[in-house]
Amino acid sequence: MSDLWEGLSQAFWLVVLLDPDLVEITLRSLRVTLTALLIASVIALPLAALLAVRRFRLRRATIAVLNALMGLPPVVVGLIVYVFLSRAGPLGVFGLLFTPTAMIIAQVIIIVPLIASIAHQSLRELWSDYHDLLISMNTTQGQRIRALLWDGRRALLTAALAGFGRAIGEVGAIMVVGGNIDHATRVLTTAIALETGKGEFAMALGLGFVLIGMAIAVNLAIHWIGHTERGGRW
Amino acid sequence: MQMFPLTVEQGVVRRRGKVLVGPVDLTLAGQGTTIVVGPNGAGKTSLLKMLHGIVRLNEGRLNWACPREEAEKRQGFVFQMPVMMRRTVVDNIAYPLRLIGVPRKEARARAADWAHRIDLGDALERQAVLLSGGERQKLALARALIRDPEVLFLDEPCASLDGRATREIEEILAEAAQSGTRLIMSTHNMGQAQRLADEVILVIGGRIHEFSPAAEFFAGPQTPQGAAFLRGDIVE
Repeated sequence: MSDLWEGLSQAFWLVVLLDPDLVEITLRSLRVTLTALLIASVIALPLAALLAVRRFRLRRATIAVLNALMGLPPVVVGLIVYVFLSRAGPLGVFGLLFTPTAMIIAQVIIIVPLIASIAHQSLRELWSDYHDLLISMNTTQGQRIRALLWDGRRALLTAALAGFGRAIGEVGAIMVVGGNIDHATRVLTTAIALETGKGEFAMALGLGFVLIGMAIAVNLAIHWIGHTERGGRW
Repeated sequence: MQMFPLTVEQGVVRRRGKVLVGPVDLTLAGQGTTIVVGPNGAGKTSLLKMLHGIVRLNEGRLNWACPREEAEKRQGFVFQMPVMMRRTVVDNIAYPLRLIGVPRKEARARAADWAHRIDLGDALERQAVLLSGGERQKLALARALIRDPEVLFLDEPCASLDGRATREIEEILAEAAQSGTRLIMSTHNMGQAQRLADEVILVIGGRIHEFSPAAEFFAGPQTPQGAAFLRGDIVE
């Protein structure tokens, strides 16, 4: 219990004093995760809409695979990305291993299926509402996808936030491909793992509370920007 | 290019092996208001959807006087349960204009005009899903009419509406018909059919049993099924 209080106290002082290491690690966490989220959303949301409006032979199988990939083990993703980016791997020439870019790639692979699956659930229901209307208006497939993405944007925000939550708390994959290098690839989760390994529980807890606070703050900010939960709005 | 006549030859629509419509032979000319009547489950909605093209024929042929793609752009459909997009009233009405590339500002201005015409001028920025049943149906009508379609299909647009809302809808339809829009509409309401129809199609069991001018149909149907339907007997 004393560790918990000490952790809270340490988190408080770390934040109040704007500890330079903490600020650096936190900003890197945010940069990596928000970049991964942006890229993943650009891939996953149109994919989810396409799966909702278009009928093709392997559609069901694609949806089943996406759902299954939601449970993708991050360490395995990290390992696969490591193999691809390592010097002997097919993408080794780019020299991306142990860089924030490698961490972003791993996070994108982890959260694309999650965002796409959650978004698809929402858009499928919306499409069943809109189907006859949009067909009767002689819309193109692109127009249907745009209508679903726009009108379903608040549900899609939830999907994106789920992706953010998964990515910001991720440690296995980014530890493998990022290497937890000080001032280079260290982020909040890998720093917590490191401090715990060193037996510095108070510091680890302090970083943990900062991580939780940041995740909540980002969620609230996105809700506020998205105008969700306001009277008379979707 | 002329859209009419619309001809259907031996048209059949099936779903899961069950015949919903047909075989149907029909020729519709380009003027007036056609009312489709029939008992529940007779196939009125399926017939309208088939004519509009939402439902494809499993057998037979359906031909407009112009190419199909051209015809599809010049018609609209109003559903019995109007679909409200998750947008404001004005954005719902403006949506068909945005689809054909009308700039947002102009589309919203024209939509606002329509909203005023249907007494929704005070609700422009309200979410459409919050409207009442009658308001939703008026919005659906405005959304269908904003592109000045040459043909408008309506599937029981006044079902479950009160008298006042029904009268408002009928006034909008009368205006549209006067300005040259061809109306093809199903209804359960015989009074409404008498008020609006220039010609009547009686559908029972997915087949057309009678297709005649409204005055003739209501004065004396040519078929026993038509007579029974008008008497209020149960027909299947």
